[in-house]
Amino acid sequence: MSEHESTYVPKTGFERWLDTRLPIIRFAADYATIPTPKNLNYWWTFGGILALCLVIQIVTGIVLVMHYTPNADLAFASVEHIMRDVRHGWMIRYIHSNGASMFFLAVYIHMLRGLYYGSYKAPREMIWILGVVLFLLMMATAFLGYVLPWGQMSFHGAVVITNLIGSIPIVGESITTWLWGGFAVDNPTLNRFFSLHYLLPFVIAGVVVLHLWALHAAGQNNPVGILIPQEQRSRDTVPFHPYYTVKDGFAIILFLMLFAVFVFFNPNALGHADNYIPANPLVTPAHIVPEWYLLPFYAMLRAVPDKFLGVLVMFGSIGLLFVLPWLDTSKVRSMRYRPAMRWFFFIFVLVAFMLGWCGAKAPTDQLIPGIETFQLFDGDLNSYLWLSRLLTLYYFAFFLIIMPWVGLRETPLPVPESISSPVLSGHGSVPTGAVADAEKKG
Amino acid sequence: MKLSVVKTLASGVAALALVGAAAPALASGGAEHPKEVPFSFEGPLGKFDQAQLQRGYKVYREVCSACHSMNLMSFRNLGQETGPFWDPKFKHNPNDNPYVKAIAAEYEVDDIDSETGEPIKRKATPADRFPSPYPNATAAAAANGGAAPPDLSVMAKARHGGARYIYSILTGYVNPPAGLHVGNNQHYNPYFPGDLTSAWHGDHKHTPKGGFIAMPQPLTAGQVTFDDGTKSTLEQQAKDVSAFIAWASDPKATERKQTGVAVMIFLALFAGLTYASYRRIWRGIAH
Repeated sequence: MSEHESTYVPKTGFERWLDTRLPIIRFAADYATIPTPKNLNYWWTFGGILALCLVIQIVTGIVLVMHYTPNADLAFASVEHIMRDVRHGWMIRYIHSNGASMFFLAVYIHMLRGLYYGSYKAPREMIWILGVVLFLLMMATAFLGYVLPWGQMSFHGAVVITNLIGSIPIVGESITTWLWGGFAVDNPTLNRFFSLHYLLPFVIAGVVVLHLWALHAAGQNNPVGILIPQEQRSRDTVPFHPYYTVKDGFAIILFLMLFAVFVFFNPNALGHADNYIPANPLVTPAHIVPEWYLLPFYAMLRAVPDKFLGVLVMFGSIGLLFVLPWLDTSKVRSMRYRPAMRWFFFIFVLVAFMLGWCGAKAPTDQLIPGIETFQLFDGDLNSYLWLSRLLTLYYFAFFLIIMPWVGLRETPLPVPESISSPVLSGHGSVPTGAVADAEKKG
Repeated sequence: MKLSVVKTLASGVAALALVGAAAPALASGGAEHPKEVPFSFEGPLGKFDQAQLQRGYKVYREVCSACHSMNLMSFRNLGQETGPFWDPKFKHNPNDNPYVKAIAAEYEVDDIDSETGEPIKRKATPADRFPSPYPNATAAAAANGGAAPPDLSVMAKARHGGARYIYSILTGYVNPPAGLHVGNNQHYNPYFPGDLTSAWHGDHKHTPKGGFIAMPQPLTAGQVTFDDGTKSTLEQQAKDVSAFIAWASDPKATERKQTGVAVMIFLALFAGLTYASYRRIWRGIAH
């Protein structure tokens, strides 16, 4: 809610002096009092949680760098040195490694919230697009960071992912050699990955600023999904502080409790045991699997028999999100009022989970053990390979077919005129006159 | 309002549960699940049993260390808090612990003469690392039929199942089932991950679980004499050395769990306080 009047009044002489030269206190004060829809539910707290995740990762990361050695012969031992000899080093390192998982858990919830409540639709396309950029940067940063301990999974994961780039026709091999800094994943690769792993979080922080700028230019979405008319503003919004600082704060503490359960009581549950074996180029692990948060994309990659096409599908699955605002033809933002689409959405969430499940399995494994079926092209029908293909198909169909088609065909439920009306009168008892003309509401 | 918190949390927990459920699927193929042997240090409040760690160290020293290195361990670690020879009397400097000094002094390590620079041998101090049994990995492989014995420093973290896996391997050696071809320098162990399809000449639907391990059965009953009078069965030795390796893999586990309890209590109180503030601030706002 960008255009809200500044209510900041400098109180001291210094504040008045500063306000005409660098109005930074005014900026912060206006930011804190931004009118925010009063009906935001707990799904909206993940933005604040993500901001905290980024800060935690950067702070713990900077401390880890003070003790880490980016050298292929020393990296593994230096990580263990942090865990054994650095005071509270185990805590810093486990916060950082589990922090990546927590970061992705929060970002997936945040993205699904945006998808469900139509937060990507006009006028919020830029918020969403910058969010997809952030997601890609996060994935790159997480991958680079996972390589740094130089364990077996670090090394062979780096080999698999960089080899994907080699599948690009004509230029692929040159790019791979350039990335590796040689003709195989080795010490130069570790050094440049370390450098980039330190750089990218600050790029993320910069894009977060743009993400927030876009958010405050277009205004926050809300579970009802309507724009708040100017005359309703005093009834339908509350100042961000203290209303949402305290609500976000409460959610953040609950999130930290989940975080702490992993860090203090099960710090290696989300990792892979093989990464505690020092990297050995001559021994390939039985199953090379990425961290859990990349598994759905890994499943899509392996679902395609051709390597380069697989890479295209994998990147396409995220690239698609950039044009999502224009694939959705519905005039109604919130799926709360979209009786058909919300079911396709719930299936989509299930499909995403199942893709993750497939990513953790060997493609040739039997889906239902012990049942013989028939060979369909290159794999048995009763295998994770074919399940992955089916799920990948749904993933793409959801955005490319279901979303445009259902948006045109579906009859949405009546959308309330304002946030206060459903709050005051309860869901469903909205007068018929209040049926949304989404065009008018923007 | 409460319901939506529960729903949000439930979704998060469900997501993690799915991840957790997927993890065992990542474990390598057809090995038997590790034996259900309980350890004192398991669970959110579990602690290491010092007497067990001392026995386990003895097993490591007298048996394992003949072939396996522990490159990340120094003698000083033995006297540190939660370690086998921790003594609160020396909490300001565990390196003064006479047990640790005496253990270190039993080893000779390479050094150089500080005057002449000539290579010399000297008695180890608590600051020195555990010496490796072989000068390098190639020598270790050459002396062991081509397979270098892995370093044991973080072994409990580097295998699914941790201490239970180590225990199961050590106590899991059995005669190979009829129809399984066991090659030279190989030993059948149903708890060792592997794929026996190519060596199996029996019914193809029932390929035995497990794999071939280069290490012959390392422990037998009575092999190590325990100083505290504990009966030296195979199971006892295996359990004690598994506990020792679990401690060496994660020597800060106890500190971590104790910190965690304090953190959880703090966060729970903080959450309650914040929730109360939230209710108070939002009182009177319909939402």
